[in-house]
Amino acid sequence: MAPAGVLPFLLLALLCGLMARPAAADPLTADVSSHLIAITTGFTGSDVVLFGATDGPGDVVVLVRGPEGLATVRRKGRVAGFWINVESVRFERVPAYFSIAANRPLTEFTSPTLRQREQFGTSVLRFEARREPSPETVERFREALLRSKIDEGLFVSQPGEVRFLGERLFRTNIRFPANVPTGTYTVDVFLVREGEVVAAQATPLVVSKIGVGADMADIAHRYAALYGIIAVLVAGMAGWLAGIIFRRN
Amino acid sequence: MTVYLPIAEMSVSIFLLIGLGAGVGFLGGVFGVGGGFLMTPFLIFIGVPPAVAVASTANQVIAGGVTSAYAHWRRRTIDLRMAGVVVAGGFVGSVTGVLLFGLLRRLGQIDLFISLSYVVLLGTVGTLMAIEATRTLLRRRHSTAGRRRLHEHFWMHGLPFKVRFPRSRLYISVLMPLTLSFAIGILSGVMGVGGGFVMVPAMIYLLGMPTQVVPGTAQVQIVFVAASATLLQAIQQQTVDALLAFILLIGGVVGSHFGSVMSTRLRGEQLRGLLALLLLAVAGKLLVDLTLTPGDIFTVVTQRR
Repeated sequence: MAPAGVLPFLLLALLCGLMARPAAADPLTADVSSHLIAITTGFTGSDVVLFGATDGPGDVVVLVRGPEGLATVRRKGRVAGFWINVESVRFERVPAYFSIAANRPLTEFTSPTLRQREQFGTSVLRFEARREPSPETVERFREALLRSKIDEGLFVSQPGEVRFLGERLFRTNIRFPANVPTGTYTVDVFLVREGEVVAAQATPLVVSKIGVGADMADIAHRYAALYGIIAVLVAGMAGWLAGIIFRRN
Repeated sequence: MTVYLPIAEMSVSIFLLIGLGAGVGFLGGVFGVGGGFLMTPFLIFIGVPPAVAVASTANQVIAGGVTSAYAHWRRRTIDLRMAGVVVAGGFVGSVTGVLLFGLLRRLGQIDLFISLSYVVLLGTVGTLMAIEATRTLLRRRHSTAGRRRLHEHFWMHGLPFKVRFPRSRLYISVLMPLTLSFAIGILSGVMGVGGGFVMVPAMIYLLGMPTQVVPGTAQVQIVFVAASATLLQAIQQQTVDALLAFILLIGGVVGSHFGSVMSTRLRGEQLRGLLALLLLAVAGKLLVDLTLTPGDIFTVVTQRR
């Protein structure tokens, strides 16, 4: 039977061991200020702070990606005087949102090969085109897709700033615009030393509709017929009520 | 103050939407039409996805339709038998329209189809009304009170399945109102309009119904066709933004009331002349947009999964 006084020491030793081990194994630790972005009825965009620490000098790159989806890019052409859609290319695995941040210009500490491999930047994002017509066509449609996403504010082509506080602590601001799509996002943090990624960490982030709007969208998709009936009845009742109110005039 | 529209997935100023509803409602009230044909293009213009704009306008059109159908019901200015026939035709038409909408959406030609339908329809109806209104104005000036026939007879009157419509004092083939309402049903499925701006002149000029019972009967058809289009769009595409429709109808109800008060101060042919100009203006704008070189020839549509 161990004396009662030994137990706290054992616990403390265990705790120290748990804390010391990850610190030695992880040259990089990071987290975000909020793991949930709630889109409420008055949503106008949101900022999330990412902060972290490294075990020594190095460069930090932060990638934020939205859920992947399908994008159809259509090109208009002139047919009999009218501009109509004549050609289309479908891209798979297109992230709904993409932004990048680094503590200094990427070209100063990464090679083109590394940027290509880790998809550092909108220009090296890999989407797969379905039914490739020709490489030149795909390239033109890809550019149009990027342009459209950048215009919508969903792709951030200009890297944001990661700021170091001293040598090991860093932080950055991630801006989500008002039109940010819902879904599960990933925040990837990379530590780069001598042109190579030496550590990486992924943190999930959920963008979700909350409140009445969320319930409405949910019902609209899950109980489509019920939603339709309610929408019809509400409009009908409103019209009938208006009819009664204005009858007196 | 902005409001997040859950199905359109965008934030819009609530005052802009109420103002839009009131403005369109006012014009609709003045001219005795639902105004859906103005609402859809405006919504698309402020950035609402076309599919959502069409479906939500159909939803919003129901409210105004019920308000005026209720008023006409109280005044006994509805031909119920005719209403039953056009509702049946309109229902089948709107089912066809919504299915067609889904097909065109997959083909990537839905925007073109919506624009072209508007151009053809508004252009034709607008031109016909402008001609008619000018004629009436000129005739009034010459004040030759000639005896007019109830309506002109042409090939359509030779069709079989003749039915008596006592309220409208008509004995015509049931195929005429059925075909007409079927065609207008397709339009409301595809364009999100109630179809009042086509139904009213068609009932007067093609079917030869007495003017007093036309608006009320048309409104009954609009309510049912818009309701079935809303329901079908909700089930098939999940594009009905009920919040958007509700905000629009708040403005619309008030606007259309003041519009109908205003309409009593204008003469019939003046009203029709002005409506004709409005229809032609919208058609012209859409036609120009189709032929002008677009700012970006590429468009992007994203899907989940």
